[in-house]
Amino acid sequence: MELLKCINLNKSFGNKKILKDINFTIPKGKIIGLLGKNGTGKSTLIKLINDLLTITSGEILINGESIGVESKKIISYLPERTYLDKSMSVDEVITYFSEFYDNFDAKKARKLLKDLDLDTTQKLSKMSKGMQEKVCLVLVMSRKADLYILDEPLGGVDPATRDYILDTILSNFNEGASVIISTHLISDIERILDEVIFIDDGKIILTSSSDELREKENASIDEVFRRMFKC
Amino acid sequence: MKFDFDNNIPIYIQLVEQLKIYIISGKFKPGDRMASVRDLAFQTKVNPNTMQKALVELENLGLIYTERTNGKFVTTDEKLIKKYRNEYASNLSKQYFYNMKNIGINEKEAIEYLKNIGGNK
Repeated sequence: MELLKCINLNKSFGNKKILKDINFTIPKGKIIGLLGKNGTGKSTLIKLINDLLTITSGEILINGESIGVESKKIISYLPERTYLDKSMSVDEVITYFSEFYDNFDAKKARKLLKDLDLDTTQKLSKMSKGMQEKVCLVLVMSRKADLYILDEPLGGVDPATRDYILDTILSNFNEGASVIISTHLISDIERILDEVIFIDDGKIILTSSSDELREKENASIDEVFRRMFKC
Repeated sequence: MKFDFDNNIPIYIQLVEQLKIYIISGKFKPGDRMASVRDLAFQTKVNPNTMQKALVELENLGLIYTERTNGKFVTTDEKLIKKYRNEYASNLSKQYFYNMKNIGINEKEAIEYLKNIGGNK
């Protein structure tokens, strides 16, 4: 069965249509790139899947069931901007996650954080932006989830940090779980993607296996994207 | 294992090529047990599904085989490995002559260049 299915999904804010008739399915065990320019509806779609916005019309199914309390348990979500209270220390955040999520593996989180050479008594607000992003990613990837949704995990970090983030995603998602990564920084991430979904102006304009797309277009995903969305 | 990838070419095709080189060069020896798909994927920093696809392709080429409960092994058919090595070497040579021709050097001269490099060493 599909892990995630969006059926005729529409979302409007007032009269403004943000998402128009979105249909796609995501099977288990895949890494999917949700690719689009800024302001095309990527984050809105992600928030709908996480049940943080209400659907205008259509349906989202996770493991065949409508989204809700149960789906939140099995989706691990990295928002574009953190919701964590930055006056908390890393130790406090780990306690917070352990209390909040049944499937949070605090031991794993501590092990991953150890590799970062980080003082866990330090407050988030005292860390660099890159370090904060790494900590947030470690927390999200330390949940034993069925679906990981990462909204712009590479935004505003240096290339070395990007490599760390890619490695962490690759080596930590559960076997059988899927990962959705939304980004406009395609060239950095395309190597690890099974499939790509191109979104523009609130509509899905292309879905393909990434290697098939490379073969067909004789170009990188990044290049195909640039050609398609030439300004 | 560190592979560099060109994003313009399907990743699994590049993986097949690179792993083939490991086998024909003897870095992976006949009969060696291969690491698991997940380990290989992590070492080369690719998606496990892509690695799986590459291994299926290598198996189709006869360069590796699966023992049902044990995992994947490099073929013990050394004749086959030699055949792929020859094929690979011949392609590299053709490419050399092609590139030389592109800059106006004919086959005979190109061979002289090779000999000279050999002599200088």
